[in-house]
Amino acid sequence: MQMTMSQKILAAHAGKESVSPGELVMADLDMVLANDITAPVAINEYRKAGASCVFDCRKIALVMDHFTPNKDIKAAEQTKKVREFAAEKKIENFFDVGSMGIEHALLPERGLVVAGDLVIGADSHTCTYGALGAFSTGVGSTDMAVGMAHGKAWFKVPRAMKFNLRGSLPQWVSGKDVILHIIGKIGVDGALYKSMEFSGPGVASLSMDDRLCICNMAIEAGAKNGIFPVDEQTRKYMSEHSQKTPVEFSADPGAEYDQVMDIDLSSLQSTVAFPHLPSNTRTFADMPVVPIDQVVIGSCTNGRLSDMQAAARILKGRKVNPRVRTIIFPATQKIYLEALRQGLLEIFIEAGAAVSTPTCGPCLGGHMGILAKGERAVATTNRNFVGRMGHPESEVYLSSPEVAAASAVTGVITDPATL
Amino acid sequence: MKITGTVIRYGDNVDTDVIIPARYLNTSNPKELAAHCMEDLDPTFVKRVKAGDIMVGGNNFGCGSSREHAPIVIKESGIACVVAKSFARIFYRNAINIGLAIVEFSGDIDEGDKLEIDFDNGVIRNLSKNTRGEFPPFPEFLQKIISKGGLFPAMEALT
Repeated sequence: MQMTMSQKILAAHAGKESVSPGELVMADLDMVLANDITAPVAINEYRKAGASCVFDCRKIALVMDHFTPNKDIKAAEQTKKVREFAAEKKIENFFDVGSMGIEHALLPERGLVVAGDLVIGADSHTCTYGALGAFSTGVGSTDMAVGMAHGKAWFKVPRAMKFNLRGSLPQWVSGKDVILHIIGKIGVDGALYKSMEFSGPGVASLSMDDRLCICNMAIEAGAKNGIFPVDEQTRKYMSEHSQKTPVEFSADPGAEYDQVMDIDLSSLQSTVAFPHLPSNTRTFADMPVVPIDQVVIGSCTNGRLSDMQAAARILKGRKVNPRVRTIIFPATQKIYLEALRQGLLEIFIEAGAAVSTPTCGPCLGGHMGILAKGERAVATTNRNFVGRMGHPESEVYLSSPEVAAASAVTGVITDPATL
Repeated sequence: MKITGTVIRYGDNVDTDVIIPARYLNTSNPKELAAHCMEDLDPTFVKRVKAGDIMVGGNNFGCGSSREHAPIVIKESGIACVVAKSFARIFYRNAINIGLAIVEFSGDIDEGDKLEIDFDNGVIRNLSKNTRGEFPPFPEFLQKIISKGGLFPAMEALT
């Protein structure tokens, strides 16, 4: 049986020689993740089931990143519940304010996920870690609770789509544009239940941050996971960040793909997803004038150091438009500190932007940048559904950090190449 | 098992942000959450939903976030079953894991239609249109989760 990379990782963790698409398997987990919104529901289920010990206190990560620093009393009660659970179960990877970052930037940075791992997280963007050659996917709180108790989860073995990348990205174009381009082509359910496997000579030209960003949004095409092959860059990243031993898998030459899409990276342009679906994409050749009220740069999609650097390149020596509230969120404490050391935060503040401690806050309309009725934001986040960042009649336009920073300066959605 | 109920119908890509907006996720209490079910898509839902109603969607129902709060609020609202042309995968597994009945079916159904769903035989009857359609049964593996009343109690049978 010729298998894809994702199928091989599932087979290895299910203790099987091979698996076939559609087969339901029970597999052993290397990491189980939840945050301050999904963990409380999981803890309720865990307690209801009368489970006592967790399967492995080193293989559970609880990250307090969504409504933290606590946005209100109820949020404070929720994180308290998780904090007490983590202490009771001696969970090693509990990250609270001060050590926490946005989970999908934090776990790779802390070396908690490496190639060959099987990871579930009670957060849909858990698919991010495919960039490291791991199989990782979002699940709900009950799956997470069972994962904490048993170290296992059930999976339907996915079919796959292959994205053959060649060339390299032009100036001002980055990983976000790659994934928005793909979602624009295949739609928000274009990869439903499937793996999105990236391959080809163009992979080498993409940075780890680009790959993490691309896999992060696989879920926005309905995919079960996104995954990149392991190469020199991946190995270097893992050796710099992790003590764990990676296991490299690669797709068999005869692996089956429902669809193969060839993408010439050098032909891609800055891409913006208009409301209210990530698939509603446009490039600047076809862009009306869209005045904006807010810019958000950050999130598990684009809050990494290279995103901060990209925004700083544009904002250096410029001022943000006084009509545009510009909020920049480095995704982890380490990124924050490095941005400080490199002088990026100074550039942002001098440009008139606010810089915040890490939080998912505005991306999901939680806190720290909520939109009023009729307002528009350009955001480097991952979803632009109705009401996502605030009032149901507000609008979110998804873009790269380059486009977001350029738009902050002009006050309308702007191609960074024209600034 | 057989249920009969009245249809509340929505379109394609009903996302978890409209099923339960994130601004209300500072609690995990199902009753508190259910007061806001479907709020950003259909503010009339909570006033008009009756126990036993059937929610119908188009393609990719439940896309977006992994929040289990989404199937929880639909169940808590009294919806007996969600019927959709297709489901987003996390919503699909969450519904099974928490015991919310779901059916993949692409027949012609309108708002207010009366449906009879026969789960044992995989048959949907639209009593208002006098039509009948079939849907495939769940694989045995998933039936075990459903019959045990959720994933936790089923783990012994599954491993």
